[in-house]
Amino acid sequence: MEIIMSIVAGLLFTTGVYNLLQKQLLRIAIGTALISHGAHLFILTMGGLKGGAPPILVEGIEHYTDPLPQALILTSIVISFGVTSFLLVLAYRASEANGTDNIEQLRGNDYE
Amino acid sequence: MSNLAILPIIIPLLAGILLAFFPKKLRLVRLLAKLITILNLAVVTYIFSYVRQNGSLVLETGAWEAPFGIIIVADLLAVTLVLTTNIIAVAAAFYAPKSLSDQQEAFYFYAFFFLLISGVSGAFLTGDLFNLFVFFEVLLMASYALIVLGGGKAQLRESIKYLLLNLFSSMLFVTAISFVYSVVGTVNMAQIAERVKDVDQQGILTTVAVLLFFVFATKAAVFPLYYWLPNSYSVPNPVVSALFGALLTKVGIYSILRVFTLIFTHDQGMTHNLFLWLAGLTMIFGVIGALSTNNVKLIIAYNIIPAVGFMLMGIGIFTETALSGTVYYLVHDMVIKGALFLLIGALVYLAGTSDLRKMGGLIHHYPLLGWLFFLASLVLAGIPPFSGFIGKLLLLQGSLAEEEITIVIVALLSSLLILFSMIRIFIGAFWGEKDESFPVDKRAAKAFTGPIAGLLALSVILGVGAEWFYPAIQSIAEYLMAPELYIDSVLKE
Repeated sequence: MEIIMSIVAGLLFTTGVYNLLQKQLLRIAIGTALISHGAHLFILTMGGLKGGAPPILVEGIEHYTDPLPQALILTSIVISFGVTSFLLVLAYRASEANGTDNIEQLRGNDYE
Repeated sequence: MSNLAILPIIIPLLAGILLAFFPKKLRLVRLLAKLITILNLAVVTYIFSYVRQNGSLVLETGAWEAPFGIIIVADLLAVTLVLTTNIIAVAAAFYAPKSLSDQQEAFYFYAFFFLLISGVSGAFLTGDLFNLFVFFEVLLMASYALIVLGGGKAQLRESIKYLLLNLFSSMLFVTAISFVYSVVGTVNMAQIAERVKDVDQQGILTTVAVLLFFVFATKAAVFPLYYWLPNSYSVPNPVVSALFGALLTKVGIYSILRVFTLIFTHDQGMTHNLFLWLAGLTMIFGVIGALSTNNVKLIIAYNIIPAVGFMLMGIGIFTETALSGTVYYLVHDMVIKGALFLLIGALVYLAGTSDLRKMGGLIHHYPLLGWLFFLASLVLAGIPPFSGFIGKLLLLQGSLAEEEITIVIVALLSSLLILFSMIRIFIGAFWGEKDESFPVDKRAAKAFTGPIAGLLALSVILGVGAEWFYPAIQSIAEYLMAPELYIDSVLKE
């Protein structure tokens, strides 16, 4: 199961990086979203996948799921949600102000 | 007493939230911002003296025991940097009203300013790798808002790049943390440090170490990952540039310093040699950039990069003298970069342009500002007896003791070129014929001079009074060379 999950995370990273290298701002935003999904899947996988047990550690219980990756992934999802929504608004405003959504044309010069 | 450790994070956080409620009442907001930064500085000074006398403060948040909960570790290194951060914050709070337009101030400048300070202090104080990521995001979120404040065309354009780059490196940070977790099964820095010694496959640790270094190097602007810095730091308002230049890259360097003295010391032939190479290249490319342009804001932004090289060089050498050089340089660079960006902001405001070729003769109108700039150039380049010299002296002593001659030559040459790039601004902007028709704004110049002179005075004291500061710096370096001290103070064994 861990191997499949790792491959899926790898695929997400690949498609994310491919989209990140495109010129259109919206595609780049989608690329960052895919990369963050890959990273989140990775956290969950790296904690070790065990199903069917509660994340509780009490004396006497031997079989439990590790709660830490779940806490980490939740925090990370919230953060990347916030940043992605900010990115979308920023991309919209920047393309409006500069009259283009092509990153190649968003270069500018030294003196402004 | 250990609850003290969280105050430098909580006070600015609450202040930021409070000031977000009435952004339009500018006079009240300005007054409150000044008072709160001063209050926070007083609190941090108290914590500093407490830690200096009694050793590290360790706070287990929510009373969760050390390896399980999030911990805040106020050791001498962290507290020193938080103290310097708050000094910059006071200067920025006094400089901001003149530098920003009323509209920009009303658009939540002070709220984001305090959130930035909170994030930076948190990143210095935390003892948990994942929590470090969270504080990175707190300060980055505030910095995204600050960089785009005002919403100019160029600002929008550059902030997109800044945001994308940081988003990408943050996701790599999360990936690196999950690697660490899978290898050692914890994200508590002290416990990681304890457990890495028992890992069978050292190769995977080196991979994780280099991945983490990549993340921090992106934030710190180390060669070849500095390309984003000059443009992003030169487009926002000077007071924002000053905060970024003084604080943000230093958080990256601090993280490298912490992680590679505490956790990843197993394969120094690989990691620390890599640092030395990159440090040399960072210095060279940074000064080349500084000499390549006539835009004064860009020249100063490029000057951040060789300073990062100097600090990385100390970590690469990894001896007590070199590390004390790095720590000294870190404090020195925070203060002087803050002062320089504020100076350049004043210069651009008063001259009405950032193109060096269109300026000239300003020293006739603003003599004090001119001489302050000259003094700042000397401090930055490391002319004795100022603070840049002490830091460089320690770094060079450390390198010579380890017989790393090449890096010494590169460091000395790049210092010379830094001085050249600064003197170019001094000659171009301040020397020259007096222009009688030039509109002189003495009141603005006066308002700018206060915070700048304060920071520069501190910088001079840091250099001239090196004897007073050196014992503290040396004990930090000793502490960094003995990671057991950190581990014991956290895990209480």
